[in-house]
Amino acid sequence: MYAQMVKSTGQGVTPREEMTPEEQAFQDRIDADEKIEPKDWMPEGYRKTLIRQISQHAHSEIVGQLPEGNWITRAPTLERKAILLAKVQDEAGHGLYLYCAAETLGISRDQMYEQLHSGKAKYSSIFNYPTLTWADMGAVGWLVDGAAIMNQVPLQRTSFGPYSRAMIRICKEESFHQRQGYDIMMKMAFGTEAQKRMAQDALNRFWYPSLMMFGPSDKDSVHSAQSMAWKIKINTNDELRQKFVDQTVPQAEYLGLTIPDPDLKWNEESGHYDFTQPDWNEFFEVLKGNGPCNKERLGARVMAWEEGAWFREGLSAHAEKAAARRAAVAAE
Amino acid sequence: MPSLPDMATPDAAARAQEQAAGQTARPEDTAPEMRAALFEGLLRLGDNTLILGHRVSEWCGHAPVLEEDIALANTALDMIGQTQLWLGLAGEVEGQGRSADDLAYLRDVWDMRNLLLVERPNGDFGATLMRQFLFDAWHLPMLKALMRSSDQRIADIAEKASKEVSYHLERSTDLVVRLGDGTRESHARMQAALDDIWPYTGEMFIGDGHDAHLAEAGIMPTPESLRTEWDAYVDAVLREATLKRPEGDFAHKGGRQGTHTEHLGFILAEMQWLQRAYPGAKW
Ligand SMILES: [Fe+2]
Ligand SMILES: [Fe+2]
Ligand SMILES: [Fe+2]
Repeated sequence: MYAQMVKSTGQGVTPREEMTPEEQAFQDRIDADEKIEPKDWMPEGYRKTLIRQISQHAHSEIVGQLPEGNWITRAPTLERKAILLAKVQDEAGHGLYLYCAAETLGISRDQMYEQLHSGKAKYSSIFNYPTLTWADMGAVGWLVDGAAIMNQVPLQRTSFGPYSRAMIRICKEESFHQRQGYDIMMKMAFGTEAQKRMAQDALNRFWYPSLMMFGPSDKDSVHSAQSMAWKIKINTNDELRQKFVDQTVPQAEYLGLTIPDPDLKWNEESGHYDFTQPDWNEFFEVLKGNGPCNKERLGARVMAWEEGAWFREGLSAHAEKAAARRAAVAAE
Repeated sequence: MPSLPDMATPDAAARAQEQAAGQTARPEDTAPEMRAALFEGLLRLGDNTLILGHRVSEWCGHAPVLEEDIALANTALDMIGQTQLWLGLAGEVEGQGRSADDLAYLRDVWDMRNLLLVERPNGDFGATLMRQFLFDAWHLPMLKALMRSSDQRIADIAEKASKEVSYHLERSTDLVVRLGDGTRESHARMQAALDDIWPYTGEMFIGDGHDAHLAEAGIMPTPESLRTEWDAYVDAVLREATLKRPEGDFAHKGGRQGTHTEHLGFILAEMQWLQRAYPGAKW
């Protein structure tokens, strides 16, 4: 997902009898569905895990501007251009809310950037795939925003107040993005032969990377068990992936497109689709930096940051001068 | 310096009123040269926002701070929205059944009517901001004058656009001041940006026959009439920014008549590519 494979304390869930009284009280509040606010006491592991998760999500939003930003200047109509601009602007806005939510946990945005730029912090693997045709703008909205929503809707109920509130705002916009993406897919899938080809090609390339967004199976992961006990993770990766497949297959059928999985079929017994897992080796390679666009994506962010240093310094210098002038006037 | 036609004369006021009520012929129906002038005037407005919107959108995801990514996307979005309105009206005035998209995507360089200023490459972030500031400082008074247009359709678009553009100007002014009067480096970059783009500002104030027609009919102001306000505003801001207004008043021109710099061809090649490669497809 936008936050894939977030490591928590690594020790699994502490049994209640081993918890300190503070930890017990904290867990009780979570179990009672109370929201934890920044000033409240919280276990260090909770704080650290949340910082990792929220910042990873924030980084994904801002790196996520790039594959779509790639098509703004080539959007085929003025309306499509406007919609795409608005979408990319929304993603930057999501980044902003999430950085602000993470900052309430005692880390600065600059520190988070530093972690992103050094490669220490990750962003979603999906944004390391290229957007090659206009149909990819449809596929990204439909599948990538669609997968994001799958994960983020439950996170609206997450235990940390600022994160939950950010998710509520973000989810509204993400579902808008998904509908716009599907609308592009419809135009393409019901369009000319060339457009149909683009649509099928986009689905072929984005299907498995979208399934990877949920992360590898974590039903046995100690990190996930702790995160679930803290309600900063609500469902397992497999649950969400299954839900996504079940939702998406009929949508692809409506478009007359074929999901690139010959073994995909409805399972009467389970009431779900059986499907092929993505290539997890590829996933781990992408996380290691070997995806098709890792270098460009991170490189673009680092370059924006470094080349913008003079701009940020200029603004702070001006703010200092202005403050000094105000102080001088006040002293007179 | 020619001034705006007096909109308070009974004649102009009456005409504006009648038009609002849809009683008189639209200006384009009065004479062929009026249709041509109005079409040109609208293309000039719409092409400016189209091309500058394109340039600004090139920054998406690459700005020096996240807040700027958001602000630039928002500015570009406003300009693309304004383009839809201006070119939509241009198509209506032309009367050949061309839509805003047809005009944006299917005209070649020589038919584009934007100022050379807006097709200049982005350069560093300072150059992008300076270009935006000098344009906004012209754009807002232009729209304010258009809000008094005798053509209600134009007045309505200008009214809507002016709300967005007054925010653009506020923002670009603020940043020019802060960066001009920031560090030694930010000052030097802003001064270099100003010196570099300055010869492209004069074109905003040089009118031609179409402009004269439109001004006579009270539809659009003459370009010359916007100069005093622009000069005063720009001078005041540059002073506050501790930047030096360049000496010369040499002006590169030709964009408004369709003779562009080498850059516009590349912008169009990129922007129009899908429409050109897949003619007739619906997107
Ligand atoms: Fe988002
Ligand atoms: Fe997103
Ligand atoms: Fe989104």
